[in-house]
Amino acid sequence: MSSTTEFEKEFSKKEIERIEKVHSAPGFSPMQYLVVFVVTVGLFLSAFGLSNYLSDRKLDKVKYIQDDIAIDILSSETQFELLQDISCKDAGASVLSSELNDLARRIEYSEQSIQNIEEVTRLKKYYSVLQVKDYILMKKATERCGLKSVFVLYFYTTEKNCVECARQGYVLTELRDKYPDLRVYSFDYGLDLGIIQTLIRTYKLSDTELPTLIVEGDVLTGYHDLEATEALLPEKFRKEQAELMNAKVATSTASTSKKN
Amino acid sequence: MASFRDIVFFIITFFSVYVQVFYLVTFFRYQHKILRRTGKVYLKEYPAVTIIVPCYAEERTVEKTVHSLQELRYPEDKLHIILVDDGSPDNTWQKLQELESKYSNVRSFTKTNGGKHTCLNFGLEKTETLYVGCLDADSLVHPEALVRIMSYFEGNIKLMAVTPTLVVHNPKSLVQRAQRAEYNVGTYNKKMMGFLGGIHVTPGPFSIFKKEVFDTIGPYKKAHNTEDMEITFRMHRQGYLIDNCSDAYVYTLGPKTIYDLYRQRVRWIYGFMKNIIDYKELFFKKKYGTLGFFTLPSGIISIIAVIFMILFIVQGLIGPAIVFFEKLSTLGFNVSFSNIFSAPSFDWFYINTETVALVALALYTLVLFSFILGKWVSSNSETNLLDAVIFFGLYSVIAPIWLCKALWNVLINREDSWTVEIDKRVRENL
Repeated sequence: MSSTTEFEKEFSKKEIERIEKVHSAPGFSPMQYLVVFVVTVGLFLSAFGLSNYLSDRKLDKVKYIQDDIAIDILSSETQFELLQDISCKDAGASVLSSELNDLARRIEYSEQSIQNIEEVTRLKKYYSVLQVKDYILMKKATERCGLKSVFVLYFYTTEKNCVECARQGYVLTELRDKYPDLRVYSFDYGLDLGIIQTLIRTYKLSDTELPTLIVEGDVLTGYHDLEATEALLPEKFRKEQAELMNAKVATSTASTSKKN
Repeated sequence: MASFRDIVFFIITFFSVYVQVFYLVTFFRYQHKILRRTGKVYLKEYPAVTIIVPCYAEERTVEKTVHSLQELRYPEDKLHIILVDDGSPDNTWQKLQELESKYSNVRSFTKTNGGKHTCLNFGLEKTETLYVGCLDADSLVHPEALVRIMSYFEGNIKLMAVTPTLVVHNPKSLVQRAQRAEYNVGTYNKKMMGFLGGIHVTPGPFSIFKKEVFDTIGPYKKAHNTEDMEITFRMHRQGYLIDNCSDAYVYTLGPKTIYDLYRQRVRWIYGFMKNIIDYKELFFKKKYGTLGFFTLPSGIISIIAVIFMILFIVQGLIGPAIVFFEKLSTLGFNVSFSNIFSAPSFDWFYINTETVALVALALYTLVLFSFILGKWVSSNSETNLLDAVIFFGLYSVIAPIWLCKALWNVLINREDSWTVEIDKRVRENL
C-alpha cells in the first residue's frame, strides 16, 4: 500500500480531464422517448411487413405446386382423350401419390399459420377440384388398365365440434402408408364449392354424421378406428398389397446384400 | 382478425422491445463516455473513505474480504474499515477481533442480531469520513475498484453515490454460470441508467456514498429486506445524482443451487414490488426523470412480460403435445414411426413466419445484444455464450416461478425472512 504523496507524484492531468468529460448526463430527455417509440413502431411494422411478404411467398409456392399438378392432370386427360386409352404403363405413377399429399400438408399448415384466410380457402377449393379430377381419371385408368387401386373419399369438417375428424385423419394417413395403392381423397364438408356440394348430394351426406368415409361406393358415417377402417378395404386388396410390400422389402434387402 | 391472445402478446412485446431499444439508443448516445480503464487511475486528492462490512456467520469468508480491501490501491491512511458482527452464532466476532489486531485501519464491533440494515446503521454512526460504502462479507473487490469509483466523484461534484459492477466470482454450478451472464446484462443496463440518472438500486457490495446522504435523508431502513433499493428511492426523492462505474469490479458469490437462487430472487422481487408501492409517487413525474418514466415502469413490464412469455411458451407446447397423444391413443404404438413423430422439415415453408414469431425473435435478439454489449462495457468479463444459453434456458423456466411467488407474497402481504438464506449458510458452515 502506498501513501498519498506517492500517488500525487504519479497523478496525470490527462486522466483527470478525461474523467471530467464523463460525468453523468442530464436525466430526462423526452426526445429519446419519442425516438425509441418511433424505432419500436418501425420494428413492429417491419415484422408485420416481412411476415406478410413471407406468407405471400408461401402461397405462391402452393399455387406453383397446384399449377404443376393441374398441368399433369390436364396432360393425362388429354392423352386419354387423344388415344381413347390411357397409357397403362404410366397409369401407376399417379400424380396423386406424393405431390397431392405434399400439397395437402402445405395447405393444412397455411390454414393454421397464414392470416390471409380468403387466399388459403381459394387454394383449398382449387386443391379439392384437382382431387376430384384425379379421382375420375384414376378410376377410369383403374378400370381400363386393371390396376389394383382402392378409392376412399373422406369428408371432414374443420369445425371444432368434430373431435373425431382429426383422429380419422391419422387413421387414413397410417393406412395410406401401409397400402401404397390406397387412394384417399379428403374433402372439407364446409367448403363452399359446387363440386363438393354435388358429392354431398350424390352420397346424401349430412354434417351431423362427420367424419364420413366412402369406400368403394359404400357410405360409412362416424369415426372408424384403425382396425375397423382396415376391415372396410377388400380382403383381396389387402393381401395383394401385403405381398407387394413384402416383395419390395425382399428386393431392397437383396440389393443391399449385393452391394455389400 | 387478431385473437385476444395475440393482442395481449403484442402489447407486452411492444413494451418489452421498447425497453430494449431504449437501452440500445442510450448506448449509441453515450458510448463515447464509457470508461473501460485497464491501467492505474490517479486522483487529484484522495478523500478518506470508510467501508462498513456487516457480518453474520461469516467466520470463513470475512478474512478474504478484508484482505481484498487491504489490497485496494488507495492510501492506507485514507481507507477505514469497520467490521460489524450482527450477533453471529459462530466465531465471527473472534475472527473480527483478530483482523482488528492484524490491520491498523480496521475497527471491529459486535451487537445483538437485528438484520443487515442495523449493521450498516451501526457502522454509519461510527463513520467519520466524507465518503462511506459497504461491502458484504462474501464479496471481494478489484484492487482498482475504489480509486476508479472515487474518480467519478472527482469528475462530478454533484454525484452523491456511485455503484460498481458486480461480477459472479468463480462460478462452479450451472446456476452460478447463468447468474454470471445475468450480471453481465445487468452491467450494461446499469451503465446506461447511470448516464440517464435512472439507477434504482445501489447494491450492497461496494456502492460508495457521500456521508451527507445519510446525514440528510436518514439511515437505512429494513425496507422489506431490500434496504439498498429503498435508500436509492429516497435519494431520488431528494434529487440526488447516482452514477455507475462500470470498470470498478466487485466479485460476489452467487447462490449455488436453484433453490437458493429462488429464495434470493423472491426476496428481491418482493422487495422491489413493495418498495415501488411505498414510493409510488416516483412514477411519471418529471422531477424524478428516467427513474419514474423508465426504470420503474420497465421493471414492472419485465415482471409481467416474463410471466406472460412463459404462458405463451407453455401454450405453444400444449398444442403439439395434444396432437402427439391423440395420435398415440388413436393408432397405438404398433404403427409407422413417421406417423406418430412428424420428422422435422427443413423446408423454409414450414418455418413459423407469423408476425408474433418475428416480433419474439426481434426481442430475443435485442436481449442477446444486451449480453454482448454488457461484455463490452465490462471489459474484463469472463462470461461466454454458453453462460448466456444457460441463462436463457434456466431463467425461462424458473424466473416465472419466483416472480409469481413474489407477486403472491405481495398480495397476501407475506414477508419471507431474509435470515432463511443466511441461516442455511450458517448450518453449512457449522
